[in-house]
Amino acid sequence: MGIFIDAFRGGLAMLVSGAADVWTIVLVSVQVSGAAVLLALVLGIPIGFMLGTKRFVGRRMMLVIANTGMGLPPVVVGLVVAMLLSRRGPLGSLELLYSRPAMVIAQLVIAVPMVAAVSAAAVSAVPRELRLQARSLGASPLQVAIMTLREARMGLLASVAAGFGSIISEVGAVTMVGGNLAGKTRVMTTAIVQYTRMGDYGAALALAVVLMAMVLAVNILLTRVQQSAERYEQ
Amino acid sequence: MTDRSVRPALWRVAIVALAVIMAFSLIGCSTPATTSTNTPTATAPVAKTNIVLASTTSTQDSGLFDVLIPAFEKADPQYSVEVIAVGSGEAIKMGENKDADVLLVHSPAAEKAFMAAGFGIERRDVMYNDFVIVGPASDRDGVKGAADLNAVMKALATGKVPFMTRDDKSGTNAKELKLWADASVSPTATANYKDWYLSTGQGMGETLKITSEKQGYTLSDRATFLTNKGGLDLVILREGDKGLLNQYGVIPVKGAAHVEGGIAFMDWITSAEGQTVIGEFGKEKFGQALFTPNYVK
Repeated sequence: MGIFIDAFRGGLAMLVSGAADVWTIVLVSVQVSGAAVLLALVLGIPIGFMLGTKRFVGRRMMLVIANTGMGLPPVVVGLVVAMLLSRRGPLGSLELLYSRPAMVIAQLVIAVPMVAAVSAAAVSAVPRELRLQARSLGASPLQVAIMTLREARMGLLASVAAGFGSIISEVGAVTMVGGNLAGKTRVMTTAIVQYTRMGDYGAALALAVVLMAMVLAVNILLTRVQQSAERYEQ
Repeated sequence: MTDRSVRPALWRVAIVALAVIMAFSLIGCSTPATTSTNTPTATAPVAKTNIVLASTTSTQDSGLFDVLIPAFEKADPQYSVEVIAVGSGEAIKMGENKDADVLLVHSPAAEKAFMAAGFGIERRDVMYNDFVIVGPASDRDGVKGAADLNAVMKALATGKVPFMTRDDKSGTNAKELKLWADASVSPTATANYKDWYLSTGQGMGETLKITSEKQGYTLSDRATFLTNKGGLDLVILREGDKGLLNQYGVIPVKGAAHVEGGIAFMDWITSAEGQTVIGEFGKEKFGQALFTPNYVK
């Protein structure tokens, strides 16, 4: 157990002393994953809404794809995005590989199917009659959509939490497209890998604690919102 | 009703799949075991003396031993060699503890101390490999034409073009830091170092890839660069400078279990035959040798 105690002490000292490197790493993590999850919502919720409410040809297929996307191996995403953005790849002229935008793209690809699948489930749980009724009372399609999304807001929140939790914890894809460059693309997960390899357990553990706290905080927040909503509905 | 007929079939598929996975994992486990036991038994009808050679992981990774050891065992059939690949420091420690019969390492200062403390019988230069400074063909910092290594490092520190540092406490990283120190340049003391002195914190292969994408400079060992060259838009800009060389020495350990075996290995590796094997290694695969033999009697 000595190894944990020593590492923990060292790590804690690092965090408290405000070692600039460590907090830069945390900040980059939040910026990248935050941007990715916001974009994933913009893209994923409309897709989820379509899948959850409309009946159209190929819907089943798209649902399967969205559900598969939830289990899309991040390293595969990393590989494909890295190949696309590489100097020798089709999008090489953008010079994006090993930059933050590249990381946002990879995380977006991972998060969109997740957001779409979870929000599709949430939206389809809203009674169809409700929508028909609103429609017959003269609501425009846009108003109906907004009403439906509002009814499904708890499920949508869950999709945010699921998406954010998974991409901020992901290491394979961000290493491949980010490159773990200090102060630029080094995030908590890639830094933990590096510090562990170098035997610097203190720094690794400090970041692990911050990462866990962050994921936990998102989920606590979500649970509280859900509970207060339940109370309100009763 | 259909549920019941479908489920057992699914189960059967799952079990078969699991069995296949397990079978493969067993094969995976057993392969190295068989290859390692094969070497002494298959070629040895008579009892052989097994000598322990302590060396470094980078030497092992280069693939040199796959050629060198069989050649020695053929030349001196009474010996078989077991290679223990560890860090340079640990290899020397193995010598001090007499856990190894002979050392093949590349840290001249530590080797000198080892000899001075009376742990070794004799030390001979064997060969060197080298580091190279690679970068974009455009070479905006003028690394290629610089007068010497110190001038190279000073040019790199102007920060016009990114320089990737592994920053991972590896041997290559240590070498890079020494080059800066020798040139009295401290990259992290330059005003805009965060813009050009980029720390990858990763291995050589990945660092080369990043260097290529950023069209920057980095220090690499020649073997790793040659192995990855095909996927990189980088060229060797600096090679052969004395400061880039990595000298290997061989030392039979005094008082080890098989002293004669250790001496026989040293004699062979510094013989004309051994030196030729070293000089030829890599030519077929990379078009150039990875190590240069340099034993002088």
